[in-house]
Amino acid sequence: MMLTREEQAMLDGEHGPGVQKAMEIIVALARIYRAERLVPVASVQVAGVSYKNLGDAGIQFLEEWAEQGARVKVPTTLNPAGMDLDDWKEIGFSEEFAGKQLKVIRAFQRMGIMPTCTCTPYLAGNVPKYGDHIAWAESSAVSYANSVIGARTNREGGPSAIASAVTGRTAAFGYHLDENRISEHEVRVTAALDDYSDYGALGYWTGKRLKNMVPYFTGIRTATADQLKQLGASAAASGAIALYHVHGITPEARAKSMLAEDHETLEFGEEEKKSVRGELSGEVDLVVFGCPHASLEELKKIASMVSGRKLKAELWVTTSKPVKALAERAGLKKTIEEAGGRIVADACAVVAPVKSLGFKSIAVNSGKYLWYLTSQGYKVFFGDTEKCVQAAVTGRWEE
Amino acid sequence: MIALEGRVIKEGRAEGAALVSSEPIGFYGNVDPDTGIVTEKGHPLEGKSIAGRILVFPTGKGSTVGSYTMYRLKKKGKAPAGIIVRESEPIIAVGAIISGIPMVDQVDISKVPDGARVMIEGGRVIVED
Repeated sequence: MMLTREEQAMLDGEHGPGVQKAMEIIVALARIYRAERLVPVASVQVAGVSYKNLGDAGIQFLEEWAEQGARVKVPTTLNPAGMDLDDWKEIGFSEEFAGKQLKVIRAFQRMGIMPTCTCTPYLAGNVPKYGDHIAWAESSAVSYANSVIGARTNREGGPSAIASAVTGRTAAFGYHLDENRISEHEVRVTAALDDYSDYGALGYWTGKRLKNMVPYFTGIRTATADQLKQLGASAAASGAIALYHVHGITPEARAKSMLAEDHETLEFGEEEKKSVRGELSGEVDLVVFGCPHASLEELKKIASMVSGRKLKAELWVTTSKPVKALAERAGLKKTIEEAGGRIVADACAVVAPVKSLGFKSIAVNSGKYLWYLTSQGYKVFFGDTEKCVQAAVTGRWEE
Repeated sequence: MIALEGRVIKEGRAEGAALVSSEPIGFYGNVDPDTGIVTEKGHPLEGKSIAGRILVFPTGKGSTVGSYTMYRLKKKGKAPAGIIVRESEPIIAVGAIISGIPMVDQVDISKVPDGARVMIEGGRVIVED
């Protein structure tokens, strides 16, 4: 493997122990995946932020790395935390959890990482360009950056993303290389895709079948950025899909053919769409939207649906801090709160200790929430946005 | 005595009794981070302590948080002294690097008997009879 003089100096410890440790990680990954060289990265998204997942070992590690002089060289943003960093007390998180969570955030900030705390960095100022090499963790953001923007990243883990931020490099393998971005699996969509949840169902179904392949969707005539965000997030959760193409819609599939001549074809029809479901009936404690974090448009739609209604179940919309601030200015926060719901920034139901708040059964319109909350042992209902709002009003779900 | 050649993932020297697993190991949720005891139900190493051993296994598995679990084991003095695997994947490799545990991969692990005295020196693995 070829290292530049500067990269070798980092590895030899000439830039201090924090940078050396980061370069050791990058070089080890390059070796494991037989990369011939490293490439400079334009931006980084770091995952592994919730204290629920990191624990005390994680805090200790991050503080030590910051102490050793690890500082980011490129724009770097953070994944969701385990709570709303401002309104945690009001929502019911404990002082102890909050104290630890804020310690985690401070360690990241010491490295120069922006405390965006969102899984949608591309809606909060971290926007790569087409063709940029980046090192992103957070599977849904990886999928969005690769597929919708046409930037290039593998699915990074927490420490490897930080290592890229500190060295400004990643190993050139996987989705950084042209040949690995071609699809050998066409997914022919014949089902109607109307609601956001339909895109979630398509992603969920595809991820389960194609695991870590590159799907090439045909038969989708239009899709908004929000719908593509849902499609990719769900496919990344039920499988490990990091890149997909939509014929005529996503940028690489517009510029040239990204489907190999020799490919297999799957069909997603109405039956397949119906096969993606949660529990059929029961009491609903919590309805949660915003997985990935809701955009302003999604918030607007949800606000118009709950406007003037009285909600029996709790309703959360999880989103990023900037979108929450804009929702407040636009009066959407007031509308949602008057109905009895709330906007939760910085966190989500997957990484926050939601069980400790007493919730057991949750209704969602996101395929990613369906996947993770089911695996965490909740009773999960899955349906379109209006059906979820209806469940919040009645406190019940009926298929 | 036999000498095996592997590839260095984390440079260093280590010595100890081999603890060999025929199955992959995932640290997060499967190894108690405070005691070093394997807790995964049905795992060949279930109930055994990895502390101070030369841990020999095919490859890693599971959550990426496993790298942080290895770091915590090291801080508690319950980490393996060294790691030998057939095939590296990022979770164990990153865990070994951030925790400072000498690690070698691409080793024919069938040549390492459980309980044997093993030395790791860079990419060389020496197994005593």
